Amino acid sequence: MASKVRIPTPLRKLTNNEELVEVNAATIGDAINELQTRFPGIKERLVDDAGAVRRFVNVYVNEEDIRFLENQHTKLKDGDEISIIPAIAGG
Amino acid sequence: MKALKCRECGREYPLAATHVCEFDFGPLEVVYDYAHIKKSLTRSAIESRAHTMWRYRELLPVADSPTVGTQVGFTPLIKADRLAKALGIRELWIKNDAVNYPTLSFKDRVVSVALSRARELGFTTVACASTGNLANSVAANAASAGLKAYVFIPADLEQGKIVNSLIYGSHVIGIKGHYDEVNRLCAEIAGKYGWAFVNVNMRPYYAEGSKSMGFEIIEQLGWKIPQHTVVPMASGSLLTKIHKSYQEIAKLGLVSETPWHIHGAQATGCNPISHAQKAGLDFFKPVKPHTIAKSLAIGTPADGFYSLKVMKETQGHAEDVTDDEIREAIKLLAECEGIFAETAGGVTVGVAKKLIACGKIPAKDSAVLCVTGNGLKTLDAVNGHCGHPREIKPSLREFETMLAAEDKSLVNA
Repeated sequence: MASKVRIPTPLRKLTNNEELVEVNAATIGDAINELQTRFPGIKERLVDDAGAVRRFVNVYVNEEDIRFLENQHTKLKDGDEISIIPAIAGG
Repeated sequence: MKALKCRECGREYPLAATHVCEFDFGPLEVVYDYAHIKKSLTRSAIESRAHTMWRYRELLPVADSPTVGTQVGFTPLIKADRLAKALGIRELWIKNDAVNYPTLSFKDRVVSVALSRARELGFTTVACASTGNLANSVAANAASAGLKAYVFIPADLEQGKIVNSLIYGSHVIGIKGHYDEVNRLCAEIAGKYGWAFVNVNMRPYYAEGSKSMGFEIIEQLGWKIPQHTVVPMASGSLLTKIHKSYQEIAKLGLVSETPWHIHGAQATGCNPISHAQKAGLDFFKPVKPHTIAKSLAIGTPADGFYSLKVMKETQGHAEDVTDDEIREAIKLLAECEGIFAETAGGVTVGVAKKLIACGKIPAKDSAVLCVTGNGLKTLDAVNGHCGHPREIKPSLREFETMLAAEDKSLVNA
């Protein structure tokens, strides 16, 4: 089950500047773990010590915020696109 | 300005176009040298300067003199006696950014800072993700500065706000989705294109511009910090910056540090922050917005967490109002004070009414309400809800017949 993860600028130093990374994971939580295996250090940027997604990190699957889905248990299917995006100020 | 610093972990960064901490994605904030500022920024120094937001320049994040929006700010602070009576409070003030220059909303404050700083950093193209007012301000201020502008808005915005961006010749992109989706897209565009996105990579500078509203309130009250300030919340940024402005003026010894309460106002159709505050939580759950207060329709508020913290620290409260209550409050403000606010202003007045009625803002106190945008931009929201003109022929007889039907004593015999 291949999904694509769009890596935001602040994290690209960890992915050797790769912008789009393919993962084979069943859930968002698995995808984060797979990223960690390939790019050590990336997980602690995304989740806090208690394992929750950090306060200022927003994760989307096909443009939907995972907090409207099943958070880290959100299931992934072939071709899904995952975006990791910092929170933005108002407008 | 000394550096940018992460509000979460304290890591410092150079004063570039960057907005999140590489480590934990926490927002970056400008650090100032207050000891140095204190030497030159006195009340008399400020009072000798032009009546614009730039009279507090030392506390705004530009390296040299501002080059964009030099006339912005110093909007009227109105003593609102008739509205005070209607709401049942001893003293009430309206900070009226509905008449801010040049685009009639508080966004001119943040944009003049962001674009002045963007120029200092060498940018020639500027951009923003906007619920409307910001788009208007970026478009206008970029035009006058000769910068190229791209503004991204939800496609279903009020007509007034769309035309108010198009007229300046900027590139207006309507996104089929709500603001949070516009935001997400802009974060991705900002990562790929080397533009100055005022509320993305320029955010640390941009957001500081909001402080000028608080500085002005203090000075216009005769160098006093108001007991209560009611602030509308979209991302929550303005609320946190009003608080910061009071802290800074007190820290610099320009006023005595009397206690203040900051209250937050949202629409019931998009109330992630007020819902969390009322439930006693220090985190919020994102929502999908559905409200006529489109300028406040941010379901994932970036400064929601810090807004909750400010309200807790200042013993402030949050409340929200329905679309009908928003329209009623717009009318009440207009009828009492002659000020036509946009929907966000209705939210602020409606929430103030509720907080005063339940005693969370005590009737014996004094409060300032922040009106951040102009009603002429959101006519759609109240059109059909404030009556229609009565039409007659140009005839005195018809006029007097109409008057008599209303009240015979009005007719001059």
